This record gives sequence, structure tokens and C-alpha cells, in this order.
Amino acid sequence: MTVGIVMLVHEALDRAEQVARHWAGHGCPVVIHVDKRVKRGPYAGFVRALADLDNVIFSSRHRCEWGTWSLVQASQSASTLMLASFPQVRHVYLASGSCLPLRPVPELIRYLDERPMTNFIESVTTQDVPWTVGGLDSERFTLRFPFSWKRHRWLFDRYVKLQRRLGVKRKIPDGIVPHMGSQWWCLTRQTLSAILEDPDRPIYDRYFSRVWIPDESYYQTLVRLYSNNIESRSLTLSKFDFQGKPHIFYDDHLQLLRRSDCFVARKIWPRAERLYRSFLTEGGQIMTGAEPNPGKIDRIFAKAVERRTRGRPGLYMQSRFPHEGWENGKTCAPYSVFEGFAELFDGFEGWLARVGGARVHGHLFAPDKAHFAGNQSVYAGALSDSAKLRDYNPKAFLTNLIWNTRGEQQCFQFGPRDRQDISWFMATDPNAQISVVTGAWAVPLYRSNRNFSDIRKEAAQLQKIESAHLDILRSGWSKARIRIWSMADFVEAPMEPLQALVDDLGIRQKPRLTEAPKLVDLSGFGQFLQNLRNQGMHPHLMGDFPVNNDPVRETDPPRPRPYVVR
Amino acid sequence: MQSYGLRLRRKRWQLRAFRKRRELTPVVDRTDQIRPGDILAFTTLRNEHVRLPYFLKYYREMGVQHFIVVDNGSDDGGREYLAEQSDVSIWTTEASYKGARFGVDWLNWLQRRHAHNHWSLVVDVDEFFVYPFCDTRPIRALTDWLDSTGIRSFAAMLLDMYPKGPFDQQPYRAGQDPLEIASWFDSGNYTISKNDWMGNLWIQGGPRARTFFADNPKGAPALNKIPLVKWNRDYVYESSTHALLPRGLNRVYDETGGEKASGILLHAKFLDTFRKKSEEEMTRKQHYANSHEYKAYSQGLSNSPDLWCKWSEKFINWRQLEILGLMSKGNWA
Repeated sequence: MTVGIVMLVHEALDRAEQVARHWAGHGCPVVIHVDKRVKRGPYAGFVRALADLDNVIFSSRHRCEWGTWSLVQASQSASTLMLASFPQVRHVYLASGSCLPLRPVPELIRYLDERPMTNFIESVTTQDVPWTVGGLDSERFTLRFPFSWKRHRWLFDRYVKLQRRLGVKRKIPDGIVPHMGSQWWCLTRQTLSAILEDPDRPIYDRYFSRVWIPDESYYQTLVRLYSNNIESRSLTLSKFDFQGKPHIFYDDHLQLLRRSDCFVARKIWPRAERLYRSFLTEGGQIMTGAEPNPGKIDRIFAKAVERRTRGRPGLYMQSRFPHEGWENGKTCAPYSVFEGFAELFDGFEGWLARVGGARVHGHLFAPDKAHFAGNQSVYAGALSDSAKLRDYNPKAFLTNLIWNTRGEQQCFQFGPRDRQDISWFMATDPNAQISVVTGAWAVPLYRSNRNFSDIRKEAAQLQKIESAHLDILRSGWSKARIRIWSMADFVEAPMEPLQALVDDLGIRQKPRLTEAPKLVDLSGFGQFLQNLRNQGMHPHLMGDFPVNNDPVRETDPPRPRPYVVR
Repeated sequence: MQSYGLRLRRKRWQLRAFRKRRELTPVVDRTDQIRPGDILAFTTLRNEHVRLPYFLKYYREMGVQHFIVVDNGSDDGGREYLAEQSDVSIWTTEASYKGARFGVDWLNWLQRRHAHNHWSLVVDVDEFFVYPFCDTRPIRALTDWLDSTGIRSFAAMLLDMYPKGPFDQQPYRAGQDPLEIASWFDSGNYTISKNDWMGNLWIQGGPRARTFFADNPKGAPALNKIPLVKWNRDYVYESSTHALLPRGLNRVYDETGGEKASGILLHAKFLDTFRKKSEEEMTRKQHYANSHEYKAYSQGLSNSPDLWCKWSEKFINWRQLEILGLMSKGNWA
């Protein structure tokens, strides 16, 4: 007993010839259907090239178009011819011209001999199919499709819409339940002949000839009428991408295909010389006796589809430039923004780098330049510290920095003295952790040796900028993880928030803070604020600082200045 | 209304290309050798003899079947060298490069004549095309795949390559792989904005923006390119290979978060030949924006001729560029 190969060919005739010769040489009869669109000259050449083999014959030709009944007709006439001409055939294997046998033919024959009554055909009900193109699954069986999807897409779509609106439904013939699956099957003589010789076949044919993509449903449905012995899987390895186009195999897939232990793969690039040479010569093939295991190939193609549909989060590049809101991650990793901390603590950056284990930059959006960690003029990815380059596209600057430093958390300082254009972007980025001590910008003013009128003017301006920034952070659109303390509240009990911030940096062992940053000397800061008030300004972002006493001393009187946070 | 304007614009460039055809004189026309389905390369050049042997070798090995060249008045023997090559057709002209919109009109004409229904690759002699799997699959595998998925145009951003140290430290010999010398690049300092009118992306950045245009970022050269197109006689390049008409061809990027497949043009411009070239261009004033770029370069060259920094990446292969996010496999696997 043997297996007969029904081969549907429409291009790359030279490769089809090679494969047909391979099957025939191992005693498998081959019936070839050549698409009528292949011109007479090449067809005659093809037939001549295979004339020396008496177990290769050609069936009557149909003009084939994707998604139409003609493909079923082609396989019907070729299968009928196969069953009639080669009585020794027990299984019939439907293959295409771009299919390539991966395992030795005797091994396939033995595999089928051990399962003489089994039909290998993927056959699942429409409810369970995830792969349909164009959103048509059960409607394939209830609507009519007189227009070609490839050539007259507009008419196709309109006609589907019209039928939906009118509520037209075709009647499915009695006794059948629509099933779908891969169009590459391997059926037993018993089952296949039952399908082809059924007295009701004209009814079924009439029905399926107006179903959409009947080659994925005709045999898959009818096989359920005649056999209970169905392995619902295809022996042909065939992967489809997100548009329903088959993935193509190339020379560099050789090892992958070898290890898959599948019997047949499609679709092979016709110029994949090494694949054809390796799999069609005897020496390259080893009998393994293993069950087909396409898991690894599945994963690779699933990944490819995911890259095409989801992409890499936080990446902006020449072929991925998402609309706002479609980024699937505005940046690629979490980062932390500290506002007011560097003003409040001496050496905050160095301290944070020591305890947090993250990369700590200065004010990246400062007006003079981007203050990178270690005061470098160029940073990861050759990002320049030039303020002009940065301000030309601040969003790209930030997303580039986060992308370039994947695997290492970035922290930087921000405040009302910096360029503010990036505010909205950070506030709406779920990867941003923004911690603000409001009003801390006043500390450098307080410590500066400048004329008070200048200080007052600048204080008013900075307060206005920070207010606007806080409005953004507090708006309904913000998605960042935001923490805001007023300065008065913060200096009262700084240790707890600091611990929380360090915990948030995402390092594995969360250290208990042993070393605390040094709070700057704030004695007289209350008076400084009062002076601002006396000058007619209203400093409100700092919270309530008592005029004469500073709050920390009140709660903890014996502590000497400057305050060290414990 | 807008699309009508663009249509007029396309017709205008076609007409202009048609007029500019008279500036071209054939040196050797072997275009009758071109068979259906051949992959063609188009290039304009001037005095690039030393680069030609490697350029031809690189693209022949990739699977390009015919080269169509416009020579803009070379006097270094490059024209004669090209005329001897059996897979090259060459036209020559003494007319203004700038007047032909930096060669675009000439190539638009030759593409209209010879590239209809062919995959056509437009590259300069210092640009080396890299695409996913280019180390194991010929360019025909890519174009077949693009055909099967109905994609007509393929993006490849220009990636400036530079040596470590001053440009003229290592002399370039004819036939040598220029990437042996200029093997470094900037991996992550590119900025992108969308041109809503043409529908293309505008990409700037890299070492040139970082060193020569830090004070004038807007003036930094455009790096977005669409060099590989299944050509139709109705198509035109709008400006260099940065954008095409009809503008649907410029949609080489995904806007819903996915990644389309894309490649890279490795730009090996910064060799020891560069100083001579920029001096020549300064006097000819034939380049984009009144040789603004070259002006900036020659000033930059005298001040700090080294583009290398400690964050520069050394080129290894396409997979490296893919991991860095400069190009993508898309759904090609």
C-alpha cells in the first residue's frame, strides 16, 4: 500500500518537477493539476519533462483563483483520477507545487501504514477558528460571494454589506455542519471516494461553490459525514502571517525545518537551492521515527507576527512611528523624575546613585545643556548634551535616552528652571515615576546672594511655571505614577517618602536606608517667605512654613543644624 | 484638493524629467540586456572611480542584475571604467547637477524609460544597502516577499558611518570594503517628525547633526530614504530618494504600533576622499542648500575632524542594527 500525491501547481514549474520526480521515484504515484493560467508552451515543456515517469499523470485543467471554488474543482478532478488510475493507493495527500517533503518518503509511507484508517485533516467548527481574514467566519457559509476578493474588492465588500443589511441568509444543506481548516490534507481512499461518489454531491458542490474560500471548508466539512477516524491536524507544515499569507521558507531555515520532524512544508521559496538540494537527496535525510513537532517554527513565526502588529514598546524608528495613543508604551522602560530634591538636599544625585543602584542624571532639560550623569558631553546612543538639539525634539530626546539605556533605570532632576515642553509627555507616560516637592525651587533663591527685587521677580515666575506643571500632573489625562508633597510637609518627615522612592527604583533587594542625604540649612527660610509676602508676592507652593521657627525644630528640638535626616 | 495638487506636482516632475533627458548622452547603452523581472540599480556620480570596484561587487553579490549610471562630468577615468562593465549602462552629462534637482530629474527619466515593472534600487556609490537576512538571502528573496505581500516600496534609513580618528588617517584603496575603515555609527540619537503633506517621515540626527549642526538642528541633513521601489512609469522621486509621488509609496511605516520591515543604507561617505570632495563641492556649489552641508563640514573638519565618541557603536551585521531598533524584520521571518 502506498500514498498518492495530488499536486496543485501554478508557478515555479521547475521546482514542481523536481518534487514530483522525488515522490514518483519512491513509488508514490503523482497526479498533477496545472493551473489553466499557465501558458501552453511552459505547460507542454513541463509535461514533457516528466514524460519518462509512468506513475506521474496530469489531470484536466481548471483556471484557478485564490479563494474560489476552482481550487476545489482542481483537487476533485485530480483526486478522482488518482483513485481511478492507481488502485494500490490507500492514502491521498494533497500538496502544492511549493511543498517540500522534509522526511524520507518511506518514513511517511510507514507512518501512514501504521494508521491505515486515519484521515489527517484539520477540521474545526467556525466558532473555534482564530485565523479568518476579513472578519468573515460563519458568514462564509451563509452569504453569497459572486465577486472576486482579489480583483474586485470594492464590489466584494459592498455586496457583503448589502447582504448583511438585508439579512439575507443562505440555507446550509441538511446534515452538514460547517468546519474549516488548512486546505492541505491527507485522506484515506475510503473517505475520499465516499466524498467524491456521494449521490448528494451535486447538492453539496452547488452549495460550496458559492461559499467563500471553499478549499478551506469543503473537505473539512464533508469528511465529518463519512469518517469518525479523523486526526484534526495537517501533516503539512504551513504557517500564515497576520494577513493570511503563507510564510515562506528560505535556505537559512534548513536546520529549523530538519528539527521540526514534519513530513511536508510549505511554502518554499523557489530559489531556496540549499533546501531543495538537502531535502531531495538521499544522503541528507535520516529516519527518525519522531512525531512532527513544529513548536519552534510556530514560535518564530508567532514572534514575527507580533513584531508586525505590536512592535517593540517605546521604539520610534523609520518603520514604526505610532500615532499618539497607539504607542503600546510611550517609552520602553520605567524611569524616575525628581523635582525639588536636588534643591533640598546637598549632594542628592550622588546619594541616590549610591543607594538606588540606578543611573542618576542632573537636570536633563536645563536651559544651558543636558546634564548627563558624570557630566558627559555625549551619552548612550551618542546622544548629545546640546540644548538646541534636545529642544529641537524633546520627546525624541527622552524616548531615545530611555531606549538607549534599556536594562538600566534612569533618574533625572526636573524643575521650573528647566524647559517645560516635555511636561505633558512625561505626565501621560505610565513609565514615568514623578516625585515632586513643591516650592523647593525657592531654596536656591533663599541661599543666593542677590538683590531681593530680582529674587522676588524670579520667585513669582518660577511659581507660575511650577503651578502650570502641577496642573498637568494633576490633570485627568496624566498616567504617570505621581507623588507630590509640599515642601513644608516634606521637611517635617522626609525619611518615609525617601524610603518609598528608593523602593520604587525597582532594585531587587530593597535596602533599608542607612545613609541619608543632607538636608540644606533652612533656618530663616520661613522669614524669607514672609519677606516675599511682604513684597506683595504669594508663595503658596511650599505649604505652611511658620515665620520664625522652622518646622523641623518644633518636632525635634534637640537636633543640631544642619539637619541630617535619620 | 490636496491630492489634486500632488497629482499636478507629479506631472510637473515627469515633464521636467522629460525635458532634462536631452542633457543625457549615452556612453554605453546595454539596456536591451534587461530581462523581465531583473533587479536594477540606479546611481548618479561624479569622480568616484576609486569607489566603483567595491560598489559594483557589493551589489552584484546581492543580486542586482543591471546598473544604470548617470555620470556628471567625471574626469578621473571612472566613466571609462564603467563603460567596460558588461552589466552597466551609462549616460554622461556636463549639465548642472543642481539644475537637475541634484540628479533626480535624470534618474526619474531613466527609471521611467527602463524600470517599469522592475524592482529598482536608487543608491549613491557610497551607500550600501542592508536588509533583514541580507547575509543569507539575496535581494530577490526580499523583492519576491514584498511582491507576495503587495508592498511596493521599502524604506532604508541613511546611517552615517565614520572611522575612529581623523578621516584621512587610513587611506582608502580601490576594491577595499569602505566599512573596514568607516565602521562606526551613532545608534540612538535620531529624531523623527511626520510630513503630513507628502506622508513621509523626516528623520534627522546622527554624527553630522551632533557635530556639524548642533547650533542649527533644523538644517541637519534628512536621513529618511526609500531606495527600493517596484517601479511604475507613473512614479517619480520628489526630492532625492527621501520621498516619492504618488505619496502612498511613502507609507513605509506603521502608525498603530506595529513595525513594518525596513533596511539601512550604510553611508560610507567619511573616508580620506572626503576632504578633497568637500573642497571641490565648495567651489562648484552644486549641492543641496548651496553646499550648506559641505560648508559646515569643511569648518567642522578644520576644527574637530573626529566624529568618533566613546558611545559610538561598531558595525557588526544587520541583526545588530535590528536589535538597536534602527531597522526591523517586520513580519518577515
